[in-house]
Amino acid sequence: MSSTTTTHGHESGHHHGPPRGWRRWLLSTNHKDIGTMYLVFALVMLLLGGAMAMLIRAELFMPGIQLMEPDFYNNLVTNHALIMVFGAVMPAAAGMANWMLPMMIGAPDMALPRMNNMSFWFLVAGGVMLVLSMVVPFLPGGGTPVNTGWTLYPPLSVQVGMSMDFLIFTVHLLGISSILASINIIVTIMNCRAPGMTLMKMPIFAWSWLVTAFLLILIMPALAGAVTMLLFDRHFGTSFFNAAGGGDPVLFQHLFWFFGHPEVYVLLLPSMGIVAQIIPTFARKPLFGYGSTVGAMVTVGTIGMLVWAHHQYTIGMSLAAVTYFMIGTILISIPVGLLVFNFIATMWRGAMTFETPMLFAVAIILLFTFGGLTGVMLAVIPGDIQYHDSYFVVAHFHYALIPGALLGLYAGTFYWLPKWTGHMYDERLGKLFFWMVMVGFNMTFFPQHFLGLAGMPRRIVDYNVMFTEFNMLSSVGAFLFGAAHLVLLYVIVKCVRGGAAATDKVWEGAEGLEWTLPSPPPFHSFTTPPLVR
Amino acid sequence: MCSLDPCRQGAGRAAVATMLLTGYSAARAELGYNLPEPASLGARDIYDIHHLTTTVVAVLLAIVVGVVGYSLYTHRKSRGFVADQNLHKGRFGRWSWVLIPVVVLGVDMTIAGKAEQVLESLWEVPKDKEMMEVKVTGHQWWWEYEYLDQGIRVESRYTPEEQSRDLYLREVDNRLVLPTHTRIRFLHTSADVNHAFWVPEIGFKKDAIAGYITETWTVLDREGVYRGQCAELCGTWHARMPIVVEAVSAERFSAWVEEQKLKMAAATAEASSDKVRSKEELMEMGRNLYNKNCAACHQLDGKGLPPAFPPLIAGSAFSGGESMTRPLEERGFLKDGKIVLGPVEKHLDIVINGIPGTSMQAWKQLNDLEIAAIVTYERNAFGNDSGDVIQPPDVGKARGAGVTASAQ
Repeated sequence: MSSTTTTHGHESGHHHGPPRGWRRWLLSTNHKDIGTMYLVFALVMLLLGGAMAMLIRAELFMPGIQLMEPDFYNNLVTNHALIMVFGAVMPAAAGMANWMLPMMIGAPDMALPRMNNMSFWFLVAGGVMLVLSMVVPFLPGGGTPVNTGWTLYPPLSVQVGMSMDFLIFTVHLLGISSILASINIIVTIMNCRAPGMTLMKMPIFAWSWLVTAFLLILIMPALAGAVTMLLFDRHFGTSFFNAAGGGDPVLFQHLFWFFGHPEVYVLLLPSMGIVAQIIPTFARKPLFGYGSTVGAMVTVGTIGMLVWAHHQYTIGMSLAAVTYFMIGTILISIPVGLLVFNFIATMWRGAMTFETPMLFAVAIILLFTFGGLTGVMLAVIPGDIQYHDSYFVVAHFHYALIPGALLGLYAGTFYWLPKWTGHMYDERLGKLFFWMVMVGFNMTFFPQHFLGLAGMPRRIVDYNVMFTEFNMLSSVGAFLFGAAHLVLLYVIVKCVRGGAAATDKVWEGAEGLEWTLPSPPPFHSFTTPPLVR
Repeated sequence: MCSLDPCRQGAGRAAVATMLLTGYSAARAELGYNLPEPASLGARDIYDIHHLTTTVVAVLLAIVVGVVGYSLYTHRKSRGFVADQNLHKGRFGRWSWVLIPVVVLGVDMTIAGKAEQVLESLWEVPKDKEMMEVKVTGHQWWWEYEYLDQGIRVESRYTPEEQSRDLYLREVDNRLVLPTHTRIRFLHTSADVNHAFWVPEIGFKKDAIAGYITETWTVLDREGVYRGQCAELCGTWHARMPIVVEAVSAERFSAWVEEQKLKMAAATAEASSDKVRSKEELMEMGRNLYNKNCAACHQLDGKGLPPAFPPLIAGSAFSGGESMTRPLEERGFLKDGKIVLGPVEKHLDIVINGIPGTSMQAWKQLNDLEIAAIVTYERNAFGNDSGDVIQPPDVGKARGAGVTASAQ
């Protein structure tokens, strides 16, 4: 790789190629190597979190408690969420940012390479702590498992054993990691763009990450503060959240959702950025409404910061407060509607072909629209006080986050795999994966809307026979959805190991600096800045 | 984790198998896929809003699917379609960023306007109207209903599958009986962790939060039995907190109130009589009370669910967090990692006042006879053959001591 000559006629990495052996990875300051590590970490966590989902659906296949203790079930519910959010989606998006941003904006590497290394290894430490929080309850004196759900609401989270302390430190480590990565991304985007690349000429994926990075820096401290107060309540006799000591259990909910709601957009925006890169490529025409797409992303991030309490309509807020949160939440449909509209208008009158990344992009438009629309139903308070904490909510947020975040990352994986590895992936297997995901995903989550409306609360280990049919259907769908990921794993491994050589441009309609570099690109992306007109 | 759970659902699985064999219809009347038919005025408004938003969602989704479907079919390279490179530069391209938000805002305001009207009447409890008041308290894992005007208190727990059969997890021992066509104000709170009161037919959901008392109100307008469940994750047995509301006519409600009052009076008289109880009598009564009140955590066989809930069997090993082990050691119930039978006074103290800072709650609402029976049972069952017999007056004395000793 070190002897590769780029199309720009300069030699790359001639003074030092990648170090050999474990040092290359442990001490890496290279954006591609760190990006790869992020992506591998995310894939491992995805499979782990997915395996937990399989256990959950296996337990819920029939009424009755067949496989596990209720608290272990609750622990699975908790850690499935945390692993998917903090272990799979965020690291995968960060890995793609690491790989692609310098290449997209014409930089040699990220602006702060050593910090890049640190943020990745903090992430690994956090991941280990997260897994340990599940393991400690099995050790002598380990206390009870975390049975609170990922929201960690006190007073329940104060009752939990030391596994909760592991989780609190997990959140601290992951928070540090996210903030460091965000600083790096902002500095890179602000300072390392090629000459002539103004902000409004930047690829939309870079914009999506710029907004995401600012969101992360604003919200992570709120969560870190909340769990620190929880730690103090648990061990040092404070009463931040203990009503008997003058504290307020609802305060935690506000702090949590001040983080938790913008977090949804943290998960969503990078994937929307990826979709906005993919559709123009496969429709062979420019993104419709570049300016309004940027504007919509910034607006989503801004309004998203101000509507957190729509997760807490049932706690007993004043009429004025809930009205504000309802109207604010409904208004988010405006920028999100604009995003979806721009995607459709980009397809409109294009010359489309349907390779795997484009299949995912089209599916995202349709399924995420549906997830967003049920979000409007939930924003409306009279409806929400029925739907709240029922399976309707479970269906809604999986329809928002799987198409909105996860499928976008799958699309990005297939879109960029040839660039990363220099090999084309197996298109037939890619399409097989896509269709398995479509059938499995919809079969899993669509019936859950009905379950919620019929009265099934979420996070229950056992249910009445009246909910059996839809739960069985949902479980069968989930097993198919899970099995699809074995195909994904196989496609990725096969592509890394070999395959037809990819051209520099890879896709006929691809535009942008990253496609001017060879596939795979040189160790240092652009050692001489390209000129952008 | 695949341990044998005492609550394996043999009958549940049999019911499912039957349903599969008979094609569902025999086992149950209909498949629930929408909100159930409302039974209160507020729930009817909510039902209408639900249908409005569902319709809007369906129409918008149909439009998006239609447009995308047309484009997918028409604008393909394989059909020889050449991309229109100037679509975004035309007038539509330049002004769509105004047009789309205006259209979406129009839809939003339609929905929000309707919702706002309903919201006000749901949210604000009428101040000037006569209301019947019911205080609803969530406990781990049962509901307590206090009829503040009638002076009645009802404890409501799930009934085990052997008794509830097909209604398992949707049936309770004591229902929340309410009169129809009466304004009812609910006061919601919790004794421990967060819970949430939810009966879809009544329409609303409200969290029960310790330290908070929140209010909701309703007017039930049709008689019937309405079932709901706790809707906020509250720990191990969150799934076992059903809520069953029985809406009856005002006359039947008055009759029910009288009946409850008589029962309570009889129980109080019984408990405060000076009669000396035999061990057999106390054991029999204690077993029933223990199974109802204590077995959720300490289990029917007294083995507990370590490390959260300690076993009650002397000699069994127990280790857990210090917040649990220390109070047990101080009270003389744990020595060298083994459970021991501590002094009777401390045993009474734990049951009456609970152990602050742990999930062991205070049971002072039980009467002297009931507590005497439970403690007698615990000290003689599960192989704890101490021979101790506790009489109701002993509990009365312990209560007095407890009041001065505890902070409350």
